[in-house]
Amino acid sequence: MNRFKLFIPLIIFVVLAVFLWRGLSIDPSYLPSALIDKPVPAFALPELHKPERVVTDKEFAGEPYLINVWATWCPSCRIEHPYLNKLAEQGVKIVGLNYKDEDEPARQWLTNYGDPYHTTIVDKDGRLGLDLGVYGAPETYVVDAQGIIRYKHVGVVDERVWRSKLAPLYNK
Amino acid sequence: MIPEFGQLSLIIAFLLAVCLSIIPMAGSYNGRLVWMASARSLTAGMFVFTALAFAILTWAFYTDDFSVKYVANHSNLVLPIQYKISAVWGGHEGSLLLWILILAGWSLAVSVLSRNLPLDVLARVLSVMGMVAVGFFLFIIFTSNPFDRILPNIPHDGGDLNPLLQDFGMIIHPPMLYMGYVGFSVVFAFAIAALLSGRLDSAWARWSRPWTNSAWCFLTIGLALGSWWAYYELGWGGWWFWDPVENAAFMPWLVGTGLIHTLAMTEKRGVFKNWTLLLAIFTFSLSLLGTFLVRSGVLTSVHAFASDPTRGVFILVFLAIVVGGSLSLFALRAQEVKSTSGFDLLSREAFLLANTIIFIVTANFVLLGTLYPLIADALGIGKISVGEPWFNTFFVKLMAVVAMLMGVGAMLNWKKTDYGRIKKWQIPPLLISIWLGSFLPGVFEGSYSVGAAIAITLGSWVLLASIWDVRRKISKSATAGAGLAKLSLSYYGMIVAHIGFGVCLLGTSLNTIYSDQRDVRLTIGEPLFAAGYEYELLDVTRTRGQNFFADVGDVIVRKKGKEITRLRPQKRQYFSGGNMMTEAAIDAGFFRDIYVALGDELDNGDWAVRIHFKPVVRWIWLGAIFMALGGAIAIADKRYRVRKKVTKQVHSEGVEKATEVTEGTEDLGKVQ
Repeated sequence: MNRFKLFIPLIIFVVLAVFLWRGLSIDPSYLPSALIDKPVPAFALPELHKPERVVTDKEFAGEPYLINVWATWCPSCRIEHPYLNKLAEQGVKIVGLNYKDEDEPARQWLTNYGDPYHTTIVDKDGRLGLDLGVYGAPETYVVDAQGIIRYKHVGVVDERVWRSKLAPLYNK
Repeated sequence: MIPEFGQLSLIIAFLLAVCLSIIPMAGSYNGRLVWMASARSLTAGMFVFTALAFAILTWAFYTDDFSVKYVANHSNLVLPIQYKISAVWGGHEGSLLLWILILAGWSLAVSVLSRNLPLDVLARVLSVMGMVAVGFFLFIIFTSNPFDRILPNIPHDGGDLNPLLQDFGMIIHPPMLYMGYVGFSVVFAFAIAALLSGRLDSAWARWSRPWTNSAWCFLTIGLALGSWWAYYELGWGGWWFWDPVENAAFMPWLVGTGLIHTLAMTEKRGVFKNWTLLLAIFTFSLSLLGTFLVRSGVLTSVHAFASDPTRGVFILVFLAIVVGGSLSLFALRAQEVKSTSGFDLLSREAFLLANTIIFIVTANFVLLGTLYPLIADALGIGKISVGEPWFNTFFVKLMAVVAMLMGVGAMLNWKKTDYGRIKKWQIPPLLISIWLGSFLPGVFEGSYSVGAAIAITLGSWVLLASIWDVRRKISKSATAGAGLAKLSLSYYGMIVAHIGFGVCLLGTSLNTIYSDQRDVRLTIGEPLFAAGYEYELLDVTRTRGQNFFADVGDVIVRKKGKEITRLRPQKRQYFSGGNMMTEAAIDAGFFRDIYVALGDELDNGDWAVRIHFKPVVRWIWLGAIFMALGGAIAIADKRYRVRKKVTKQVHSEGVEKATEVTEGTEDLGKVQ
């Protein structure tokens, strides 16, 4: 038994090496598009500003909108925030998904930097994020009037991304 | 022609490394002294030719030789000279060459400074380092040749060094970090040599300790520099991001911290020999793993080099050989190395072991978090990453336990402690730190923070316990001066490093809790109040640097109407294109930093400005400097100096063999 104990580090390393080997053939920047052209997964989650209110996927149907995944721990979210404010001013409907975050700092953030969101959903344990296939924050989804996901953008949304990728689908 | 000479010297260095990895090792088995003694000259040769290759690449940058592909990709004519030189390690190929140069440098240092090592030990150690070098030479020569040419159409001008890297931080951060990373190869080589010979005594630990400590010091400084650089260069005011590559450098530090402590116990008490060996292997393996993560493209990171699957495969195979080989060797040979003495639960050993285990657990958590996206993806769970909150949650708790145990453990005796005698030295610092912890958070603005109370209690506990321990040590002497003079340098090293840890703990936690950051809109000439200060943007002017245009803001900061400082944050557009770069302006202070970064110009001529108020942020790096200084003081301890009689025996082959008589009296552990 004592003898076996000494082999444990080696065994752990072999398992790790197998994963690293698999990792080489996976492209980390490739993201699955499994949900593209599928409906938004059903959810019932609290609202950030009124935690007692439950928001469901049903209430956004009827017009296209964006789902923006953000968190206060995400530096890139701060980069895109001013641009989201600008979009909201132009009348774009953005649903915020506050992902794996704390409520109080998140509210503080929206007070400090402005609130571009029509509604902010709290996804504290990342359940909806998991259903959506969220890879990290920020991410932005384009959902059409029928509640079908049309596009997923990973990373900061800026003028260029909006013009070239999101706007054509959003306006369709 | 000159770059071809560079390639030639790389190949010569490679061949010397091959000889180094075989001949002295073989000599240590067949007992031929000439074979063993060749280790020194082969090491010197390897270093000289690697340095030559490095110098030639530097020359290519200096003379703007854009026929060399690597130079063309990482430099251009208008790049300031200091960045042309540091651009040598601004990309994958050149930084790999720096890696190898530093490895050869450490090998040379071992061969020059270890004149008192038995020849067979030295031969094995250098051979193992030669084997590591062989792997890296193969890697650079076959997959990442920095001397590749673009012929016949030589570009007239190069691309550019990434503007983020055009900074003082880039000049010193990578070399320091690599000194640390690669420096752990020395203790790794010592561990492999010990496993091969089955000889792991306190003399072994004494030889490897200074090397491990110095590598650890370099890594500490390297990490602190990286954090400081990110803080002022990225424009976010953040000093740690749990980015995969940061983690890759942090894991060897965590395990290395455990290693320097188990080494101390192995040397002084002859215990935890297997732990020491295993940690020596782990530390260096994690350095290699870091190299793999950064250069293979398996993870997305801000630091990652342009990835190439063949490179990934190569390093993974190399990693499998080195780590798999050394862990197999450990599994087969480790039981022959036995610990010789036991200890009580209330002893320094027990507390050190507990903290070492916490450091290993922490490193494992970091490893898991770093590799989680990759593991989840490979298992088909999906593309998931864990993010900062996950890292922070476990890290803060584990380090809190470390801080608690550290204050108690450092005061305990080896083997067994009569707690009644220690108690009166531990109660006062404990009470004072609890008092400080509960009192101070109430003094600061804003609501009372329990987190800050705990952090201050723990931080002051580490600091005060160290100070009280010094007081206890000198209490038996007639005068304080006499008592202080009696204490050994390694003891001072420990105290300084522990104080550094406490300062760093206070800096990181209080900065996290009390930082204030906001994005504001500044109208020129209209002051704005934020966090007790008044900011006024006087104007924004356009200037030209050597290779960029910049908008420079002129911001006056006042407190209670009195001018405190004038800050000039910049936004740069480099001629070579690419993104706007933010150069934050910082008013640094011992208790707080004021950090101003210029954002975009808004439609009506106002400017978006990011203002940060960063309390005690300097303590983070100050703490790191203290830790490294502590390590350096410990290395200077005379125990590691040549205080031994050396008898020289001249052998028939004409090779001198040094048989040494070390001072073994202070070692309680039995020499096997």
